[in-house]
Parts: sequence; structure tokens; C-alpha cells
Amino acid sequence: MATAPTQEFKIIGTRPVRPDGVDKVTGRAKYGADYSFPGMLHGKVLRSPHAHARIKSINVDKALKLPGVKAVVLGKDLPELESKIEFIGEISLNPHYLAHNVLARDKVLYNGHAVAAVAATSPHIAEEALALIEVDYEVLPPLLDVREAMRSDAPILHPELRNKEEPDKQTNVASHVQFKRGDLEAGFKAADYIVEREFDTSMVHQGYIEPHNAVGVYNSDGHATIYCSTQGAFDVRSMSARVLGMPVGNIKVVPAEIGGGFGGKTTVYLEPLSVALSKATGKPVKLIMTRSEVLRATGPTSGSHIRIKMGATKEGKLTAAEVWMAYEAGAFPGSPVMAGAMTILAPYVLDHLLIDGYDVVLNKPKTAAYRAPGATNAAFASETVIDELAEKCGIDPLQFRIMNGAKEGSLQPAGPPFKRIGMIETCQALANSPHYKSKLVGKNRGRGVAIGFWFNAGMQSTATVNIHTDGSASVVTGSPDIGGSRASMAMIAAEVLGLSFEEVRAVVSDTDSVGHTDVTGGSRVTFATGMAVYEAAQDAVRQLKERAARMWERKFDEIDFQAGKAISKNNGVPPMTVKEIAAKFPRTGGPITGRASVSARGVGAAFAACCIDVEVDPETAKVQVLRATIAQDAGRAIHPSYVEGQMQGGTAQGIGWALNEEYFYDQAGLMRNSGFLDYRMPTCLDLPLIEPVIVEVPNPGHPLGVRGVGEVSIVPPPAAVANAIYRAIGVRMTELPMSPPRLFKAMKNKRS
Amino acid sequence: MHEFSYEAPTTVADAVRLLAAPRDGARVLCGGTDILIQMRAGVRKPSLLVDVKNIPELRQIKFDPKTGLRLGAAVACIEIFESALMHKHYPGLTEAAHLIGSTQIQSRASVGGNLCNGSPAADTTPALIALSAVAHLIGLGGERDVPVEEFVTGPGQTVLKPGELLVDLRIAAPRPHSSDCYLRLIPRNEMDIAVVGVGAAITLEGNRCVAAKIALGAVGPTQIVARKAGEWLVGKELDAAAFEKAGDLASEVCTPIDDMRGTAEYRRHIVDVLTKRALQAAAERARNN
Amino acid sequence: MANKKHVQCTINGEHTEFLCEPRQSLLETLRDVLGLTGSKEGCLTGDCGACSVLVDERVVCSCLMLGVEAEGKTLVTVEGMAEESELHPLQQKFLDNAALQCGICTPGFLVAAKALLDRNPTPSEAEIRYALAGNLCRCTGYDKIVHAVLDAAKVMQEA
Repeated sequence: MATAPTQEFKIIGTRPVRPDGVDKVTGRAKYGADYSFPGMLHGKVLRSPHAHARIKSINVDKALKLPGVKAVVLGKDLPELESKIEFIGEISLNPHYLAHNVLARDKVLYNGHAVAAVAATSPHIAEEALALIEVDYEVLPPLLDVREAMRSDAPILHPELRNKEEPDKQTNVASHVQFKRGDLEAGFKAADYIVEREFDTSMVHQGYIEPHNAVGVYNSDGHATIYCSTQGAFDVRSMSARVLGMPVGNIKVVPAEIGGGFGGKTTVYLEPLSVALSKATGKPVKLIMTRSEVLRATGPTSGSHIRIKMGATKEGKLTAAEVWMAYEAGAFPGSPVMAGAMTILAPYVLDHLLIDGYDVVLNKPKTAAYRAPGATNAAFASETVIDELAEKCGIDPLQFRIMNGAKEGSLQPAGPPFKRIGMIETCQALANSPHYKSKLVGKNRGRGVAIGFWFNAGMQSTATVNIHTDGSASVVTGSPDIGGSRASMAMIAAEVLGLSFEEVRAVVSDTDSVGHTDVTGGSRVTFATGMAVYEAAQDAVRQLKERAARMWERKFDEIDFQAGKAISKNNGVPPMTVKEIAAKFPRTGGPITGRASVSARGVGAAFAACCIDVEVDPETAKVQVLRATIAQDAGRAIHPSYVEGQMQGGTAQGIGWALNEEYFYDQAGLMRNSGFLDYRMPTCLDLPLIEPVIVEVPNPGHPLGVRGVGEVSIVPPPAAVANAIYRAIGVRMTELPMSPPRLFKAMKNKRS
Repeated sequence: MHEFSYEAPTTVADAVRLLAAPRDGARVLCGGTDILIQMRAGVRKPSLLVDVKNIPELRQIKFDPKTGLRLGAAVACIEIFESALMHKHYPGLTEAAHLIGSTQIQSRASVGGNLCNGSPAADTTPALIALSAVAHLIGLGGERDVPVEEFVTGPGQTVLKPGELLVDLRIAAPRPHSSDCYLRLIPRNEMDIAVVGVGAAITLEGNRCVAAKIALGAVGPTQIVARKAGEWLVGKELDAAAFEKAGDLASEVCTPIDDMRGTAEYRRHIVDVLTKRALQAAAERARNN
Repeated sequence: MANKKHVQCTINGEHTEFLCEPRQSLLETLRDVLGLTGSKEGCLTGDCGACSVLVDERVVCSCLMLGVEAEGKTLVTVEGMAEESELHPLQQKFLDNAALQCGICTPGFLVAAKALLDRNPTPSEAEIRYALAGNLCRCTGYDKIVHAVLDAAKVMQEA
């Protein structure tokens, strides 16, 4: 394992047990669905049985007459918001669309679109009430294919939607992004080999095991509290306030433990409804989605159609690339096509490129972020074509990538040059892994490699570090802990304060008790919230030094702080521990709280490289993954076990995406696989052990060298699996997922 | 879920009386691994669930070398898997029972429930049909035996009359040099519904086939007996070509559809592949019996 | 509601009585009637295993069993795994191996792994993967979970 020297650290780089661990292995940890309040009601949501329809009327009389039913909320009961782009927190979105996704008004735009919400004395009664709500629909033709949705004669989802290029025309194309550099024609002219392919990928879901949930408690003084499992309590607060027409400060969001998100729990669905129902009934109201609701009505990530043409000289130098990509936004604008365009060619030095990306609405659920959103679809296309070029050049596929790899100073497709990045080091770490060095033997087996890029996010975070009266400390942040971040926050604080890990408790706080903090997402918690914790701990150290100076009657500059002790530089008094300083708080100025807020700059881009061995059953076209290794640049691994966990988890999701996961719609636009039986995520029998190789090329933009680690590992596996399948049986797959029926068809086409 | 009543009788007679009583439909609750999902989805709305797991006759595995097997309808799949005699005499049926869902599901699900649910993709039904199993039913009007291949009449539909209870499944003792096998194709390695399932039973004299029966699952509205394939094999020396031909014949009789689990074309091909493989495996076992 | 049934059973070693409607699943009964929220709801179709509990020493999905069916049974939930104040070796090894990220699937995995080790104290990696195939984890890729179960088996053998 390639690791940078960590001798300078005592705690960073070790693997302590997470502070919330015992609660989570004993069943004590409280997730959103575990909250209950006296007199609490239960809510359920009526959802559209159609993919596209006009709502002519809704009659709730019968539902309200069912004993136990206390309220029904419809779209018309929520404020109508103007359609325009706003910044809510750091997220730019259109509150009109957000509100219409939470509860449909005049039109339903996908199978599962929320139409009404009911509160009753039991979840069973609320469910029975849904069947009594009479909705008269005028069914409209559904749009299910991204290229059909782009046609000028396609049915229109949003009559008011316009893009900048054709401001006078109704359209389903919400936006077009373009990156351009050099002279494409000259670039392709310089190529000895040109490969041009088209790729289709299906919508896939984040697949967190915990369904969305929310408990809303509205008080008659106009204040409300929401308990929910979310990646961003502050975003839930601001989005819910917008949808409900309430002041932001009147809502408190208490982030419960969260049972997975992967980007999918960064927006609101049930949260505003829980408050609206609570307001209507005067009681706390809890809503929990079923798995079918989660799949049909919360954000998956985009399906896509990508055309890519790349050229290389016979010596293996990439000369030019042209990309055309259309991403499904779902029912409302906002696919990650921009991120797809920013990432698709980013790992490589390319003088001549053209990338066009289109954000397209159609009758599927509104997409939400999913782990490096947009990048996996893109890498499936580009990394397959790169593999084909390497083969034509007769160069080892990993060496081919290293030869063309981006370094510090290389220009990104979007323009700016890279700062210090670890693309080459990551590829080399994979090349040096026992897996890549081993020989794969056996019939119908193949090995594939691919790499992935993700830019990671900075954004805002707040942290406070409280020194307790016994010299221990707590670190309070607003970043929900989705994968062990309490541990890394406590480790950073302990490192700075010179305390043991056990002496520092990490707490995730509600929106009233800590300053604004953006989502747990974008691989940003250890980077940005970690930066805030580092600075807050430094602030506490500064105050500890002040107290020591006061007690010793010295100047501040004469005090040092090392290994948890204040030291007077110029005389022989024995050092003072944090504990000793804390014992004197009442007489030296009161308690110490270190504070920091950051709008983090210096974000460090992440690369991952993946090697996968597969075996294909030549008769059934079923693919078995035999071995997988993932190398990734973490910058600095604070808690290596949880860094490995992110790498392994992302790889597993990428393998699921590669082989079997997809949204399956029938011609009417109804989702036919809205359960874990037929939305096929990998079980532990489907995966091998996944070998993680942590690479540490410190990020110069972070005090501890941290890059984000949460996302990039999902990017390479689908392409790596495709490349492995090619080497096993000679078939190049251009569709995801590469499920047995699809691979069978491709194998048959190749034979004929 | 809608409101319903629950009873847990301890005798067949009480169960039959309870099942016959309500006008708007009573259903048997055995492992609950299908019925509760269907009730949650509003697909079935019985006013009464009759839990049959406390009735001794439905919970036993009885084997007699002369009369064969009586497999209680409510015996959990995991109990079948843990039974040495089931492994010995009916390995194909045993592996089918062990393919149903996870360990959690196998703790509850039963072969009888799998059959009465009437799914075209039920894993144990093709295995039962290959073994020419008979369903023993008791109702208000008395007892009757129905061959399993006639039991399912359509997706979710069976020959069971109101008040009628499946008590056990009866299978003849295996003849010398005979055995069975069940194979299915699923996209993952666990937790999926069969895209195609094939049950095969075979009896040999030397390397010559003297009897063969093949049943196909998930490729038609009910399980399909590939009669022609089985009959063709009789009298043949078993070599690779014979298995290939049987596979071809089996795929001719299936009537699959396109859905989220596979295309019709793919399923037809898989019937061919799995029939060949299941026969090979069954023949290999039969040689050792 | 008049339709409620009186049920007696043993949960985590304690004799327990409760009232529930027939339509309430065992999972709903544990969580909403008895306040044992350690068992989690992930799918309500028996596909994720987050609600796994032991019933008479067999691991089942409590979402696919009715509360009334618990009559006379002996149940163990995740809340009953630790002895006194000491964690079960599986719980400890899940912590030591960082075998949980979000933790929502953890109770179900622990219960299913306990069911495995109770019957097979020395499982191979393949046997562990088979026994846990009914439990979905979306965070870890299962790697550290499999290692944790192997480690726990080892510790329990040595004890």
C-alpha cells in the first residue's frame, strides 16, 4: 500500500472505533423512522399511476370521512412559486420545480409523482384513505427516451420551459453546455487510429437501504421541527421553508442517523409534507416511504446517450476527442450533464476537444445526485473507447492511460489547469498491485482496467470545539455522519488538541445549534468540515495558550502548545495539560469554545483506477466478477478503514451498475421493477473481496492534505467490467447494464 | 394493509372449516413470504388468514422405501435442506427448496406454499412435476389427489376450491438408477426470481435412458411439461448429442414473454441450455444411485 | 381496535405480552408496539434483511411475519445480542473492522451472522457470503462485513 509518511501524526492514519459505533451495533442509534412522539399521526402519499397526465379534478371527501383520517393536503394547499433559478444554500435550483415535485399541481410528470398526502391515526388507515381519493386524470403520451424527447415534434412536459439557444421555442431541452479547445479537424488528422462509438446507459438508483422518512412537528407559534434522515439538514430547512412559504428561521431540522444516501438524500420529498400535515392536524406527523416509492419517486441518476470519437497516433498519443452527450434530467430540469462534460476527458492531456452536453426532461422521476453524479455514465463511454485505442496501438491499457495522463498544470476540459493531482500515481499504484501483476488464467475470463475522475466539492462548513471541565472535548458539526465521519472529525480535533481519540466526542447537531453547513456530499465532509474542525481546534488551542499565558503571567508569544500541553518557552515551569488548564476555567475567563466557519477553497481533485477480472458463461451470458482492486488518491487518509470502505462501497455500486441495475419501464412509462427483488443490487454472493489501494498525494489546498474520498471509486468499474468482458469473450458492450439478456444479444450479433 | 382476521387451528378439520366459512375469501398463511407481500400490494384481500403451521400433518417429512415420500405442505424449505433423506432421495427438489430466497425466506417458506401461490416462476414446482408428485387435498367434500402438473391453472390460479387445503405432497420412492436435478438462471447469484427454471428427473439402465421427465418454469403462464423432450430420450444412449437434442426439443414447447427479467428470445435459449445441464446432472447422479 | 389479539412470547429472554392487530407485521409490532426500533425497515418484501430477527433460533424477516404469529415463540432481536454490558463478539468485530458505514443494515447483518455462527461456528468465506446473501448492504461492498464475521468466529472459537 502506497502511503505518505504519517510519522508527524499521532492519531491521523490510525483506525480507532467510531464514536457512534456501539449505538449502531446495539440497535440504539436513532434513525428518522425511529422517532415517535405522543399523539403522533402517520402520513401516506398518493402517487400517480400514470407517467404523464393532466389532473382534471381531485375529490377527497370519501377519504376524509374514513374514521381515523385527520387531514389531506393537496398541491393547491401549498404556495405557488415563481419559476426562476435561485441559490438555496449552495445549490442552484428552481423552487417552482422543487415544489411541483414535492406535490403535483395541474400535471403529473412520472409514475409515482406525489398527488396528495394524508394523515391518519395509523399507517394502515392512511393507506386505506389513499384508495378513497378520487383523481380524474387526462392521460397524456409519455416520453421515455432521451433522444425522442429532444425531437422538435416531441410532446412537451413544461410549456414554459425554454433554453438560452432557442428562447422562443417550447422544448424539453433545458440546457446545453459546451467545452471546446484546439482544432478538432487537425487533431483527428494527426491520428493513426480513430474509434467512434455510441453508448446507452439506463437510469439507476442510489439504493440506500433506509427509505426516506420525516417527522414534522408544527407549533401554533409558527415554528416547526423536522426530524429526518438527510445528508443536509440545512438544505432540508431552506428547501422546506421555500416550499411551505415559511421563514427559514422558523424551521429547525434535527438530522437523525442516516441509513445511506449517496447523493439521494440531498433534496426534499416528505419533509415539507410532514410539516403541512402537522400544521393541518395540530399533531406530529410521521411519513416513511415504501421501497416502491423510493424507487419510483425519489431521484435516481440519469440514463444517458453518449457518442464519442477519439483519435490516437500509433505511438499511443491521444490527439483529439469529440463528445455528444444527452442526459435524462427526469421530470424537471437538472441532470448532472455538466459534471459529465467536465469529467469525461479530464484524466487525459488533450489539445483538441469538443464536448456538447444536453439536459433533457422526460417522464421519469427527477434525478438527484448519485456519487460522482454524471461521471460514471461518461467514463463508461470514454474508458471503453480508450481501451479500444490502447488495443489498436498494442499498448498495455494502463500504460496507455499513464502515457496520456493529466498532471499538475494540464488543462481540464472546462478550462482551468489542474493543481497537484495524483492521476499518474494512482495508475502506477494499480499497475504495482498484486492483482495487476498476477496472470489471469482460465477460459472465458478477462481482465479490464479503467480510471475515473471526480472534482470533489468545497462549500460551507461550521465547527465548534468545546473544551470540557475535565479537559476532554467535543467537536460539534452540522455534517450528518453517513459513513464514519464522526470518527475522522474527532481524530482531527484530537490530533490538534493533543488529546487521545477517546477524549474527544464528535456530535452532529441540529440546524439551530451549529452554523450553516452544506450537505454531506461531494466528498466534502472530511475536506471542508474537516478543515473547519481543524481551524476550530486551532482556535481552541489559541485560547488554551492565552489561559496558560495568563496563569503564568507571560506574554502569549512566549507560550507553545505541543502534544496536549502548554509550554512556557523561556522558563522552567512544568508544562500544563489541557486538563489542568480546564480545571481553572472559572478563574481564568470561563469555558473555552473554539470556532471556525469556512467556505472551503483548495479542493483537491480525486482519481481512482480499477482492475476487474470476470468470467463469462458463454452459454448463458452471465458474468461473474472474480477479483477487483481499486486504487484511489485520498490525499491524506484520516481513518484508513473508512477510506477503504468508501473505495470498496463505490466499487460495489459500480459493479452493480455495470451488471444488473436499471430502471425498467413499460411502454406506458410505468416502472416494472420498483422493488429490491427486480432492482438487482449486488448481494455479498455477487462480489469478491475488493482490494483497496490507498494512494496519498497530499492536497496542497488542505491543512492536512485531504482530498475527498467518497465518490470517485464508483466511476471506473462499469468500464472496467466492459473491458474485462471484451477480453473474456471478444464482445465490446456499449450498453449498461450488461445484464445476461443484453450480453447474450451482443454475443449473438457478433456471431452473425 | 387492509383489516383481516387471523386463526391458527391445530387440526386439518378445523382448518378446512375455517377456510370454507368466509364469503369474501380466506387464504392459508404458511410462510407468509408471498401472501403478505401480495396483501401489502393490494393484490389479494382475504378477510381471514388461516395459519396452518400448528397442524402436525402439515409439518412432517415421512419417507417409506415402498410408498415413497409424504412432504407436509407447511414444512419450511430449510427443514427440507436439513433432511438427510431428502438429499439422498430427491436431491433436485431439495436444491430447488434451497434456492428459494435467502436463509431468512427459507426459514419460513414452504414447498406447499410455493405451489399454492401459483407463480409461473416457482422454483420447487418444476422439481415436483419432474418427480410426478401428487398434491393431496382435503376439503369439506372429502379428499382428492391432483398431479402437481395439473395443480396450477394460471398465474396465481390453482385447482384449490374454497375450503380446500393442501395437506401434503406425495412422491413415489425413487427407482434404482434414477435421480433428479433443478437448475435456474437468475441474473445475480441469490435473491432473484427465476428467469428460467428447469426440473429434470431421469432413470437409467446402464447409460440408456428408460424414463425422463422435464418441467419448465417461468416460460409460460404455468409450468410446462416438456413431454416430447422426455419421451424422445427414452431408449437413447446418453451422450452430449442426446442432451443437446433434448434441450432443443424443450425450448420448442416454451412460450416465454419479454419482461424485466429477460427477453423471450433469451429465455428460449436458456431453456435449451438449462435442460441440457439439468439432464446431465440428473443422469450423473442416477449413475451413482 | 376490537380486532386486536393478545400475544405472549419471549423476547430477548424476557416474557412479553402485547396486543396487536393481525395486519401488523412482527416488525411493526416490535418497533411501534414494543419500542424495539433496532430492527429496521428497508423494503417490506423480504429482499433486504434489515428487519432480521431470530424466531425459535431461525433467522426470519420480521416484515414477512405477523405479530400474532409470535405467540409462544422465542425471539431474539439486535437489542438482545449483547450480554449485560459486554458486546457480542460479532458486534465488537463489526466495530473493529469498520464493517458498518451508515449502519442501517447492521442490525440485520448481526442477527443473520449470529444465526450462522450458532449453527456453523467455523464458516468459510463462501459459507458466510451464502448465509448473508439475504442481507443487502449498499455502503461497504460487504468486504469488511465478511472479514468481521470471520474474525468473530475465530474469537468465539478461541473463547
